[in-house]
Amino acid sequence: MIRTPLRPLARILKAREKGENPDAIAAENLRLRHEAMADKARQRAEGRLLVLGLAFFCAFIAIGGRMGTLASSVPEEPRAAAVGNPIIGQRADIVDRNGRILATNLATYSLYAHPRDMIDPANAARGLAAIFPELDAKELLKDFTGERRFLWIRRQISPEQMQAVHDIGSPGLLFGPREMRLYPNGPIAAHILGGASYGREGVDSAEVIGVAGVERQFDAFLRDPANEGAPLQLSLDLTVQAAAEQVLAGGMSLMNAKGAASVLMDIHTGEIISMVSLPDFDPNNRPRLPTSGDQSDSPLFNRAVQGVYELGSVFKILTISQGLELGLITPQTMIDTKGPLTWGRFRIRDFRNYGPELTTEDVIVHSSNIGTARIAMQIGADRQKAFMGALGLLEPTPVEMVEAPTGKPLLPANWSEISTMTISYGHGLSSSPLHLATAYASLLNGGTKVMPTLLRVDTAKQGQRVVSEKVSRTAVDMLRKVVVRGTASLAEVPGYAVGGKTGTADKPRAAGGGYYKDKVIATFASVFPAHDPQYVLIVSLDEPSENSGSEPRRTAGWTAVPVAAEIIRRVAPLLGLRPHVDTPQPVSVTLTAN
Amino acid sequence: MRGFLYVLAAFAVMGLAFWAYQENYKTQAAIKDVRQLHADIGAAHERLNILRAEWAYLNRPDRLADLADLNFDRLGLLPLMSVAFGRVDQIIYPLPPILPITDPIALSSEAFNDWEDPL
Repeated sequence: MIRTPLRPLARILKAREKGENPDAIAAENLRLRHEAMADKARQRAEGRLLVLGLAFFCAFIAIGGRMGTLASSVPEEPRAAAVGNPIIGQRADIVDRNGRILATNLATYSLYAHPRDMIDPANAARGLAAIFPELDAKELLKDFTGERRFLWIRRQISPEQMQAVHDIGSPGLLFGPREMRLYPNGPIAAHILGGASYGREGVDSAEVIGVAGVERQFDAFLRDPANEGAPLQLSLDLTVQAAAEQVLAGGMSLMNAKGAASVLMDIHTGEIISMVSLPDFDPNNRPRLPTSGDQSDSPLFNRAVQGVYELGSVFKILTISQGLELGLITPQTMIDTKGPLTWGRFRIRDFRNYGPELTTEDVIVHSSNIGTARIAMQIGADRQKAFMGALGLLEPTPVEMVEAPTGKPLLPANWSEISTMTISYGHGLSSSPLHLATAYASLLNGGTKVMPTLLRVDTAKQGQRVVSEKVSRTAVDMLRKVVVRGTASLAEVPGYAVGGKTGTADKPRAAGGGYYKDKVIATFASVFPAHDPQYVLIVSLDEPSENSGSEPRRTAGWTAVPVAAEIIRRVAPLLGLRPHVDTPQPVSVTLTAN
Repeated sequence: MRGFLYVLAAFAVMGLAFWAYQENYKTQAAIKDVRQLHADIGAAHERLNILRAEWAYLNRPDRLADLADLNFDRLGLLPLMSVAFGRVDQIIYPLPPILPITDPIALSSEAFNDWEDPL
């Protein structure tokens, strides 16, 4: 670069000659030089800004373009990432305590139609009507030739039906994959499992949702993909459940009952090993809810959980145990049983006159209403109510079924003294068989409260204490005596020392106002084996009548007790209980020598 | 020297490009393989599920009870009752096996050796 001097000699000399100030020339040149420098610097800065601007522009375009493509393209799972199991996405199985399947899925197909694609709608309609008898060819033809572009025909079809539809050969008949909920055991444990149906449906898939029972209660768990297909394990034992259902169904028809329920519960953990309600249904083909008539006559009604009844004398052991716990009585205390016991306008009678007084033990053995009512009078309403509450008889059972809250016990509006007396022998308080099983388990397992559960429990948690161990033991012994020499003599099962209490309660009239004379609920609440209580079994028959004698017998001792005994006979070996046989003393050998 | 470095760098870039190209194709092949495997596992799962469902269906208690009734003559199966339990001392244990002979006693029978076949 040629640098122009600030004071060019020629111009300075010329300026001196003219008498001008030569410094002005220097200043002018300095100014010009500064201007040139500023111009250059600005140009460079402008250039840099342009480059920077271009870089930003490109970056924004790149990001914007990527966002645009992401927004407009179909989402795709990253295939290379191998986290979790992408395959098991279906509803989890339900299994019993030993892992046997109670509910599983089966891949099947749904059938739908695109009428616009059909070449010969009339032939397709005829073919479909021939395959599916419930479809009407005329209706189908109307749909196929009308305005509709899409039509569901069947939600699920069998492989044979699918092949038959294929053979029609219409391009407008299409199949979509479907998952079907299958209950391979049919009606076994139907009330507990509930059932499933389809939720939101698409051509390619459909949601399977639970509609009742544990399917509904654990719907979120069963559908949660995070479980990776881990099954839901229930406390039920399939074999025991099947045996109990078979025996109970037989007993129900023999005793001419219109319904029956049984609950078998582990006394320490509160696990429900089997719970039966008859009549039952097939959850694969769940019937609709009845729109008229009594809901409790529907096979969908779970008598064991939802059916609240006055259960009668089975409550007596609760009253007696509370009396023992409070120290008011001992098993040998004499109780006044002179009848009838009059309280206001009420009269309490016994089934038969048992004499002027009985020991507490005999009050239970002979099932004396008067004796129990007298003990309840000593206990009082408040303490009785608190005790019933501790046994869980005042609230719906916390069992894991959506139907559980509907089984709410019916309590007297005013828990007066007469209510206390009637509740002491099981009238005036309605509860479900499951309530009773829970109360018996809590009372007889050593006196700690158990919570009924349908889930398998591996370690028993010790609940809150209800009665002392001694009272619990005494109660078991008394129940055993009921079987040995009392009202439940038919419950004797060799080897399994059954103890239990019968209860026969007249059914209240539906319209209100008193009780039926010839309709009863017969209940037998039992515990076995008595020397080491393990299980509680409740059997309840609705309107039984045993007609083999000259007149029908309806008391629990003749109806519910033999059925319960047969259930125990069948079920106890399946539970792995060894029969307890009293072996005679071995012949003693004396060592002699001569 | 400088020119040599340039050439070396150019070759390095080409080499890396070739390596990256190969890795890309290998990855894509592996992804395809995994996709195929996932599909296979899914199909196997479905098959397994159907088999398990069928097994459960064939072993349902009602059917087993019917089969036990049908084949009662042959199998004589009864519901498990309390009489089926026994005590350990009711079982006849197999007799202990004869111990191997460690000190055999030599026996000889002259008569046997001299004995002749009558036929």
